[in-house]
Amino acid sequence: MNQFATAFSIAAAYLREKKLATALNVLLLGLGVGTIIALVLLLAQAEDRMERDSAGIDLVIGAKGSPMQLILSSVFQVDIPTGNILAADAAPIISSRMVKRAVPLALGDSHKGFRIVGTSKDYLDLYQGKLAGGRLWEKPLEAVLGADVARATGLGVGAKFIGTHGLVDTGSSEHGDHPYIVVGVLASSGTVMDRLILTDLTSVWGLHEHTSPPAMASAPSTPAKQNTGKDAKHQHGDKLGNKHDHAHDAKSTPAGKVDDHEHGEDEKREVTAYLIQYASPLAAVSFPRTVNASSAMQAASPALESARLFQLVGVGVTALKGFAVVMMVCAGLGIFIGLMNALDERRADLALLRVLGASPTVVVLSTLLQGAILGILGVILGLIIGHVTADWIGQTYAASQRLAIGGRIWITQEWSIIGGALLLALVSSLMPAWRAYRDATPELLAAK
Amino acid sequence: MDTLVFTEDVTCRYGGDAGAQPRIALPNINVTRGNHTLLLGPSGSGKTTLINCIAGLQVVQSGRIEVAGADMVSMSIRNRDQLRGTMIGMVMQRLHLISAMTIRANLQLAQRLASRKVDNPLIHRLTEALGIVDKLDRFPHQLSQGESQRAAIARALVNKPTLLLADEPTSALDDKNCEAAISLLLDQAALHGATLIVATHDDRIKSRFAHVVLLGAA
Repeated sequence: MNQFATAFSIAAAYLREKKLATALNVLLLGLGVGTIIALVLLLAQAEDRMERDSAGIDLVIGAKGSPMQLILSSVFQVDIPTGNILAADAAPIISSRMVKRAVPLALGDSHKGFRIVGTSKDYLDLYQGKLAGGRLWEKPLEAVLGADVARATGLGVGAKFIGTHGLVDTGSSEHGDHPYIVVGVLASSGTVMDRLILTDLTSVWGLHEHTSPPAMASAPSTPAKQNTGKDAKHQHGDKLGNKHDHAHDAKSTPAGKVDDHEHGEDEKREVTAYLIQYASPLAAVSFPRTVNASSAMQAASPALESARLFQLVGVGVTALKGFAVVMMVCAGLGIFIGLMNALDERRADLALLRVLGASPTVVVLSTLLQGAILGILGVILGLIIGHVTADWIGQTYAASQRLAIGGRIWITQEWSIIGGALLLALVSSLMPAWRAYRDATPELLAAK
Repeated sequence: MDTLVFTEDVTCRYGGDAGAQPRIALPNINVTRGNHTLLLGPSGSGKTTLINCIAGLQVVQSGRIEVAGADMVSMSIRNRDQLRGTMIGMVMQRLHLISAMTIRANLQLAQRLASRKVDNPLIHRLTEALGIVDKLDRFPHQLSQGESQRAAIARALVNKPTLLLADEPTSALDDKNCEAAISLLLDQAALHGATLIVATHDDRIKSRFAHVVLLGAA
């Protein structure tokens, strides 16, 4: 222990003497470690998040287009939807025996950047959602807030808010005359649901209802009084309809077996997507084909699309990781070269240490400790850089905000990164340590 | 009288492990406690080698070396390092101090390496006596030649050694400083009860020693 303390004081003095080289090596190592940690943090959280968000969803049915976009928009709520499908078209498909549960989604409006999702109460079951307060919606324009929404907006049960047309907060085109009322707030579930405002399908339909009063009247679950009000005042004419023809403008008819009002002439009602849970795993074989055979709809598997996404992202991640590894190797080389050069300058010092009674152990230890100290400082810097960067990225970009990604977590992978960096620093100082051992003979003093 | 250093038929090689170097035989010496000794001889006569052998820094081929009754040849490396650190103070040909450390840290390091406790009052007294107490927090390169020599002597004495070995302590100095340095060594050795052995080719200091061993009269 005494020897260790002595070796440490020698190592510290040597590092202090070469401040610039020390700083450079620590910085290089820190940047390398930081980059890898940031990548790993972001990726692990994104993967974890996507896994939880898509758990229990076997298939998504939506409008034709990019299957990945369909998954991103309807499951993870990050992209814009591919379009809408007619509920009537989907009805025969989702009533198949292979389907255990089909959750309809109608997207189109938002409040302060949080999406308002018209759906059925089954949606909560997908994520084991629980109420933290209030109750679930019973009638149109009653909304239940996700935990993050409630926290961010400060809205509570009984509060009223206005939906904005579109999925991003543009502040324009508000449904000012149809405020939602908050009837419940959900407990945090750690899923996409935390950042959503859930409401009845008919609320979303109702707000975008304009052209077909007869259909409206025939929807049994929509109170007539409210409809007439809407019809009279709602501003979204056809002129506006062109602008947002992708996701909203849902016109009619509830979601097949999910809602209780499946019959009726309201065949023009649209939904954005259906989240499907299979009755049996065997359904995966033939069911998607059935859906894709229909001209207007496509089926996309969250598992498949997530895997595809990570494959695409993976190229960039691999490149970045490679870059970070190069930086770390440079840091290792820097440590190696720095120590070797210093040894040449300090040959006499090392011999002197032996003369003063230092054992070879102390001499070797003092060299190894220089590598270790550089490694530890680099790792500390790297942890700070990595976590701060991950946090910054998490807060800066809208997509990562929606995925609730940040830097204030710790994942087990970080231990292996730390271990790797320390090992690198130590290995880099092995050769110099061996040379110190070999050179630290007092003859040197005499020879010079 | 009490024998402090005793060598008999010691042979070893120049310059450590270089196998091609010739083997040299060193003279037998016998230094008793308190009997300051001068090893005088020209360059290459083996003075430094003998000093290193006594300090346990040289690989010995054959012969016997005893310091304060301990057999330096058969002793383990660890014990030799320990003995050197605690009992022997060395002032080297070139005034080596660890450049990355202040004078104070150099002196403290010497104590630590000898497994002693850091004795700051002693460091203060010693440097005060040597006139460099105000230089304690300077780095070696900030000191003058004379000051670094004093610092080196302070370091040699900081563990209160029984034996003080000095290898060419005066060869780099002019007459005035040479006189001062050798006086300093003798005074400090006397003050701390250490026995001084000086190896040199410098005839100037011959008169200061009662006991002179001539080496390799070439």
